[in-house]
Amino acid sequence: MTWADRISPTVKSIPPSGIRRFFDIAAEMKGVISLGVGEPDFVTPWHIRESCIYGLNRGQTSYTSNAGLLELREEIAKSLYNDYQVTYAPRTEILVTVGVSEGLDLAMRALLSPGDEVLIPEPCYVSYKSCVILAGGVAVTVPTKIENQFRITAAELENFVTPRTKVLLIGYPNNPTGAVMSQQDLSEIAKFATKHDLIVISDEIYSKLTYDGIHTCFSSLPDMMSRTIVLNGFSKAYAMTGWRIGYAAANPDFIAAMTKIHQYTMLSAPIMAQVAAIEALKRGEKNMKQMTAEYNQRRRLILNGFRQMGLDCFEPKGAFYLFPSIKSTDLTSLEFAEQLLHAEKVALVPGDAFGESGEGFVRCSYATSTANIKEALLRIGRFVSSVKKK
Amino acid sequence: MKELLELLEKNYTQSPEQMSIMLNMPAEKITALIEKFEKEQIIVKYQTIIDWEKAGVDNVTAVIEVKITPQREVGFDAIAERIYRYPEVRSVYLMSGSYDLSVTVEGTNLREVADFVSTKLSTIDGVVSTTTNFMLKKYKYAGVIINDQQEEHRLVVSP
Repeated sequence: MTWADRISPTVKSIPPSGIRRFFDIAAEMKGVISLGVGEPDFVTPWHIRESCIYGLNRGQTSYTSNAGLLELREEIAKSLYNDYQVTYAPRTEILVTVGVSEGLDLAMRALLSPGDEVLIPEPCYVSYKSCVILAGGVAVTVPTKIENQFRITAAELENFVTPRTKVLLIGYPNNPTGAVMSQQDLSEIAKFATKHDLIVISDEIYSKLTYDGIHTCFSSLPDMMSRTIVLNGFSKAYAMTGWRIGYAAANPDFIAAMTKIHQYTMLSAPIMAQVAAIEALKRGEKNMKQMTAEYNQRRRLILNGFRQMGLDCFEPKGAFYLFPSIKSTDLTSLEFAEQLLHAEKVALVPGDAFGESGEGFVRCSYATSTANIKEALLRIGRFVSSVKKK
Repeated sequence: MKELLELLEKNYTQSPEQMSIMLNMPAEKITALIEKFEKEQIIVKYQTIIDWEKAGVDNVTAVIEVKITPQREVGFDAIAERIYRYPEVRSVYLMSGSYDLSVTVEGTNLREVADFVSTKLSTIDGVVSTTTNFMLKKYKYAGVIINDQQEEHRLVVSP
């Protein structure tokens, strides 16, 4: 029996992230322009960084309560109310987590019994499926389509409901597609959730990066407050990915259950990041809006560029990704990405890394400078026309 | 309109076509707006920021605190104008506080700046006193960090 044999079958059953393999190739090359980065290119605004330094100077280096600093939870509650008119009690309905990633894991482990099914619209963030499986659940993916701007509909979900379906996990604005759901779109989903008595986990990490219309928080919909776990954080809006700080907002029972796991496995989110997050919520709006405005300009630039290449591309209204179809090149996503990387040194992520329904697409992140975007467009355009000629 | 001005302030070398895409505004409208801004002097001038030290060109900059006696009817403006007309004067601001004008003067060496202060600036009627502060190092200018070498820390590809 080898050491490898002794690894849990569940862990063995999960494939390593499709992004990883690609990263290994791209990281070795020089002169690569990357549209493959899933995080802001901005550095965390200085006032936020400075507040952390000040906190360290004052000796803020201890554990915090399991749920997180009360001041931070109060600020989170305030911002949720101001932004979406939803009311959460800071003491019982908000948990500060180590990013949305931890929040997602906690939610799954708190809710799932072996065999419980979770509906996941796809393409989706790479860890959704794995988190479900690691928690003993069954991930049931529901493909979304470019024809419907990668939105999910109740009718599509209906086809995948079974008596074991317990949770619906959605993430809008979406990584990798950039799709958003309007209030009306979400209301349909809310009705569906009520009909089948489902718990909804709504990953809203890109909520602030909504470029057309306003973001609707899922729990703000009628009767959704108690059956929804809202996950959000600071990584994207405030360019704080490396701080690993986020939160969950839900009914007291869910939060208590999640806190139980969190207290044994994480104890608390790092205090340095919590201190910085307070500053972000108190005084970060101006910088955040500037960053969003800049993403929006780049979004239009990259969308225009891809459309001029003749690639089928729907307009992403959120996050910082473009998800063009590369089907007209007759290449698979992986072939496209690998050949592009070798021929023109542009890195992007093959769409199938985000689930089977992502095949035929590639994810292009525009969280990079306009100069980089322009150069990348030039190179990709050259590559696309050379491939199409063949 | 504000968005266009902000874009221009950051980088005026982008083509109207590119700005038109980025701002979702017709290119003709952008060209017309820019013309209008130029005509109305909302856009005062297009300039570049050069790190002269890196270019190997020596010069000396002094920030001079100037106290003046305001004059009837024209207040501070007339004296300010007599000062800012000199080409070696790079900027002039009217200040609140312990002095009146903040004057930035540039020269190729210390002597040149000193000469300017003693023979030109301090002899102007109405100038009561000057305090000359030489600039030792320029860290940030017009919102731009001069030697901003921020490395790319991010992974090439991430989820």
